[in-house]
Amino acid sequence: MSNIEERVKKIVVEQLGVKEEEVKAESSFVDDLGADSLDTVELVMALEEEFETEIPDEEAEKITTVQQAIDYINAHLQG
Amino acid sequence: MNLENEIALVTGASRGIGKAIALALAGQGATVVGTATSESGAESITAYLRDAGHKGRGMALDVTQAEAVESLIKQTTDDLGSISILVNNAGITRDNLMMRMKDEEWDAIIQTNLTAVWRVTRGVLRGMMKARKGRIINVGSVVGATGNAGQTNYAAAKAGIVGMGKSLAREVGSRGITVNTVAPGFIDTDMTRGLPDAQRDALLGQIPLGRLGRPEEIASVVAFLASPAAAYVTGETLHVNGGMYMV
Repeated sequence: MSNIEERVKKIVVEQLGVKEEEVKAESSFVDDLGADSLDTVELVMALEEEFETEIPDEEAEKITTVQQAIDYINAHLQG
Repeated sequence: MNLENEIALVTGASRGIGKAIALALAGQGATVVGTATSESGAESITAYLRDAGHKGRGMALDVTQAEAVESLIKQTTDDLGSISILVNNAGITRDNLMMRMKDEEWDAIIQTNLTAVWRVTRGVLRGMMKARKGRIINVGSVVGATGNAGQTNYAAAKAGIVGMGKSLAREVGSRGITVNTVAPGFIDTDMTRGLPDAQRDALLGQIPLGRLGRPEEIASVVAFLASPAAAYVTGETLHVNGGMYMV
């Protein structure tokens, strides 16, 4: 497991209060992990802070699964 | 003191109700950042807080300037910590009969009394969400509920604050953030001192307590809503008007 993948999953566990084993790459925040719309906003905020990046609203809306979050960070993380 | 360790932002704090609110919150131990449109207003805030032995300072801010709002919130957070109490008090009047009201008079009121409230509030939400607590208190007006001839713009903005606050209260309640409105009646400030005597006398006849309110009598209600005692009050409008309007 890559470092980024671990960090993203850790944030998901913390923000959504779910068990680590529930968080799979294909897990949908809303459908599988029980997030509401405000949870997903907070999740994006937490990702922004962890990876010191700004995720524009139109990109943030597309991040609905754990894998999409990992992919976004991988694609946009500088250095 | 029950607001120790709290950081409060009070807009429009150089005089009137805003000044009384800043002093009341600071008197309960909060560190208060009060804003005024001018540098001299900001200095007077710093001075009255210091003279009363309270923590806090004045800052110049035009609440209608989005970038200035953003940078003030950032600077406050960097210097003092996350804002935990927001009091949206800054407001103006541009009274006119609707038949004569200019677009500019409408726009100025909506920009300052409604849009700016929304924007400042959005600016502090992130910090409050992370902290899992926050108190947002908007200063409305009795005319938002009763209407007032000559104030279609002002009444619309003040009623708008109430609907906005109730919606936000629903959005962020799960994060321990409360959103309430305090709706003053006629309070003895520069804003109401401009009224003609005849209108003033007619008003007094409508007030069971038979007098205008004092700014401190609004501030004490704001301080209550900011306190732990009001933890279960949200989405509410508290009317403080000497009985001139009873819900």
